[in-house]
Amino acid sequence: MIGEAQPAAARRRRIGAMGAEPAIEWALFLCALLSVATTIGIIVVLASETWAFFGRVALTEFLTGTEWTPLFAAPRFGVLPVVAGTALVSSIAMAVALPAGLLSAIYLSEYASAPLRRTVKPVLEVLAGIPTVVYGYFALLFVTPLLQRVIPELSGFNALGPGIVMGIMILPLVSSLAEDAMRGVPVGLREGSYALGATKMQTSLRVVVPAAFSGITAAFILAVSRALGETMIVAIAAGQQPRLTLDPTVPIETMTAYIVQVSLGDTPQGTLEYRTIFAVGTLLFAGTFILNLASAWLRERYREEYA
Amino acid sequence: MKDFAFRVLSLLVLYLALAALAALLIDVAVDGSSRLSWDFIRGFPSRRASAAGIWPALAGSILVIGVTAALAVPVGVAAAIYLEEYGSRSRLARIIELNITNLAAVPSIIYGLLGLGLFVRMMALGRSVLAGGATLALLALPVIILSTREALRAVPKSLREGSYALGATRWQTIWHQVLPVAMPGILTGIILALSRAIGETAPLITIGAVTFVSFAPDGLWSPFTVLPIQIFNWVSRPQPEFQVNAAAGIIVLLAVLLTMNGVAVVLRDRLQKRTQA
Repeated sequence: MIGEAQPAAARRRRIGAMGAEPAIEWALFLCALLSVATTIGIIVVLASETWAFFGRVALTEFLTGTEWTPLFAAPRFGVLPVVAGTALVSSIAMAVALPAGLLSAIYLSEYASAPLRRTVKPVLEVLAGIPTVVYGYFALLFVTPLLQRVIPELSGFNALGPGIVMGIMILPLVSSLAEDAMRGVPVGLREGSYALGATKMQTSLRVVVPAAFSGITAAFILAVSRALGETMIVAIAAGQQPRLTLDPTVPIETMTAYIVQVSLGDTPQGTLEYRTIFAVGTLLFAGTFILNLASAWLRERYREEYA
Repeated sequence: MKDFAFRVLSLLVLYLALAALAALLIDVAVDGSSRLSWDFIRGFPSRRASAAGIWPALAGSILVIGVTAALAVPVGVAAAIYLEEYGSRSRLARIIELNITNLAAVPSIIYGLLGLGLFVRMMALGRSVLAGGATLALLALPVIILSTREALRAVPKSLREGSYALGATRWQTIWHQVLPVAMPGILTGIILALSRAIGETAPLITIGAVTFVSFAPDGLWSPFTVLPIQIFNWVSRPQPEFQVNAAAGIIVLLAVLLTMNGVAVVLRDRLQKRTQA
């Protein structure tokens, strides 16, 4: 865009005159390239340790085994229990964050007055900025005891409490991204709907939400990715018992909580136990990576739709 | 009628979210405020909950975040300048851009595994302040780049064109015209990224930061712990007295975050006034 204001020949002459300019551009470029190096670093570190792991454990045992006891005397390396734990907590979180986030977004985008929006949005940002260890404390010592009054058989560590708290934590992300998508929908569409006699609710749900669909989906996918990778809430409040179950009232263990559990212990480098955290990490990275790409692609698409 | 019910439902959900925030803050304040004292802030961890303090963790957090800022801020701002002012049309720039968006959404614990493999082992930095700061720097980098780009994009094009018309080079234009105007936005983004980093627990546990340190870190090579890890350590203990300590620790952590954000707001207002004058 700057090139347009500056003919190429003139630019070249000027760069020739100022010897430092190309050097500066190179330095800046190298800094930008560092982000690519980070991605490569992640892949190399994860892949090399995971490769060593699969030298000892069969891929099929890892992916289809139903017992996860790598730290026991007779270790079993079936990853499914911790995957199930992650899926269970994330589903609960999504059951809270998606409907609540979407409804708040609809309210903020379609109903709220400007002053209300100006006060509510920063508060939601505060909610998003609270460290996850604080949410963990809240889940273990406030939400779970509260739930135990309603569900007496709920154990002290469980999937339900942390799931709900994780949903509250992710809500601002869903709400703000979905609201952005809905505000991107041209006013003309809404006016057309009103002209046909639709009410505000009909317009919101049948015109604005479908029109912003790819943006809202992008927000949902990003929210799922956040839930899968969330660590401290589950490490504090969900327990450390890998268990293949759909029961939200018993202690479980997620992939992230397992990595924390091993990191807290004294597991020497190079042992099989040490490598399990990289194998689990690889699975987690692959899952979130695909979701993030899908979300980025969808966001790109809705940007084009109403550009 | 249905319309009204829907409106009330949406508003209710929104207020429920705000109520959750209020519940969280009140819960922590009620649990922890009795434990809060100067002795708690200046004290060292102890087996006795009533004697334990957070000084090593607080000092560790400040040192680590200092390293993070020193590494991530210059590199992040430089990368953003390149992407926004130089390379926005090339194919490589597009790939870098997509990559940064993606990195911003990678779970923080994965950065911990990267830090463990790269800084602690390969570069043999050990479980030091330096390794912790560098790990968090990689985590903060995408956030700083994204917010800095946003701030640069908000600078009007006419400002750049005016500068070129007076014969300034591209870098002169960026350094003397664009950056000063974008500075409030850039600073706000940096502080937000750093306050996110100061609350991070998982990546530092993964690189092996210790959970019980009885001394404050005395340099870049020192072993360390940070506030969130200390809180995690206390909240994981079964004794209620330690959980009170955790609540008090959370109050300190939130106070640090609040101060950082307050500074960001003040800085932004000051700089905005200066550039508008």
